[in-house]
Amino acid sequence: MSNKIQITKKPRIGVLAVQGAFIEHERILESLGAEVFEIRQLRDLDRPIDGLVLPGGESTVQGKLLRDLGLFEPLRKKIVEGLPVLATCAGAILLAEHIAGENKAHFATLPAVIRRNAYGRQLGSFFTENEVDHIGKVPQTFIRAPFFESVGNDVEVLSRTESNNAGVDAAASDAAQIVAVRYKKQIALSFHPELNSDLRIHKYFLNMVGNL
Amino acid sequence: MSEQNRYELNKNLAQMLKGGVIMDVTTPEQAKIAEAAGAAAVMALERIPADIRAAGGVSRMSDPKMIKGIQDAVSIPVMAKCRIGHFAEAQILQAIEIDYIDESEVLSPADDIFHINKREFNVPFVCGAKDLGEALRRIEEGASMIRTKGEPGTGDIVQAVRHMRLMNQEIARISSLREDELFNRAKELQVSYELVRYVHDHKKLPVVNFAAGGVATPADAALMMQLGAEGVFVGSGIFKSGNPAKRAAAIVQAVTNYTDAKLIAKLSEDLGEAMVGINEQEIALLMAERGK
Repeated sequence: MSNKIQITKKPRIGVLAVQGAFIEHERILESLGAEVFEIRQLRDLDRPIDGLVLPGGESTVQGKLLRDLGLFEPLRKKIVEGLPVLATCAGAILLAEHIAGENKAHFATLPAVIRRNAYGRQLGSFFTENEVDHIGKVPQTFIRAPFFESVGNDVEVLSRTESNNAGVDAAASDAAQIVAVRYKKQIALSFHPELNSDLRIHKYFLNMVGNL
Repeated sequence: MSEQNRYELNKNLAQMLKGGVIMDVTTPEQAKIAEAAGAAAVMALERIPADIRAAGGVSRMSDPKMIKGIQDAVSIPVMAKCRIGHFAEAQILQAIEIDYIDESEVLSPADDIFHINKREFNVPFVCGAKDLGEALRRIEEGASMIRTKGEPGTGDIVQAVRHMRLMNQEIARISSLREDELFNRAKELQVSYELVRYVHDHKKLPVVNFAAGGVATPADAALMMQLGAEGVFVGSGIFKSGNPAKRAAAIVQAVTNYTDAKLIAKLSEDLGEAMVGINEQEIALLMAERGK
């Protein structure tokens, strides 16, 4: 029997905290043993960082604050250089190369076309449970959610989901939509794993961070 | 979809608005200015509270056509107000697929006893509260978001501060009560034991709580955030000021970095004229006294 104490380095995860549901991510990551810090302004990026979370919220607000606060270029550079990212809802919109119907994108580091408010207004928001590759069946909460209209060849589709909401408009309801993808070290989700008690998606992300 | 799922989804939308600023707008043009300045949502209404106050008379839900014009102009959530107790106005707002209904004391109350049974609706409701009892009673009725009442249309922050501090004190007091004392507290607050129990266990409301009523400057917004607000409504403060776009953007940044006084000092420079304020003692009508 070995009596040596195993010391593992805690992954250091920066959570973008300019607007939205960032506290929910922080609580889950902390419960899984990560060292979590908030990114609200440029000096927060002085700290060493092993992984980044882009939370849900309003992508227009987050995109503007990223630029106003001087965070945009430094964060984009880190993502391009391979910093692992978990992006949910608005975060996925920040990552996508193209936003359908708009001529402006944000980080544009994920080769995909995403459609904002793809299921309509709040009445189109819905909850379901569905398979995500590598993880299994997980709860999926969609809040004025986007989905991916198309993805690049190198992008792995992790989950497709059909809206279970009768209130959703016809264009969105005729087929299962791409709602979770992975490209290199970027995971982008239309839904909000941080709103449910299921921790497996955050675990999957931390595993990816660990395998640097 | 079950009623419970729908209520969870509606609380979830409020979670997404956290750390954000919700701005009153009266035209599609103002809505676009607000969105470009970083509003997390807009409140569509015909007249902002300061003008409602000035005009006097009965104030009602806005023209649905005007609200639809604002829905078409922006991609962020659009909220609108109905009168307290006026469930027919709320039904109309749901029919035009509004993202959030504010059952608001800013409009003239339609019912002086009963609030809307918000559980019957699929769209979410935000309601004003000036203490914990009001907040929990609105949540019991189905509200999925709470805001302080403050005193709308005054540019005077004193009531919002009072309401937020009072709510926090009452939450702290409940969380320090013995378990067998919670039943009596529920009776005093006229709410269910389950809600009081939730506050006791979690030391917070079961829904998101924003500041509203009287926010006019980046410093006002920072004050409310430091007092525990999870986001801010700005009504008359923006479009009654000298430079709405600049002031709106400054308040948005102040809410994100609400403890960074250096940054807020910079944000507060050259904002032009703030809205003309009215002090509490100078007004005849206290909107916060509507709906208990």
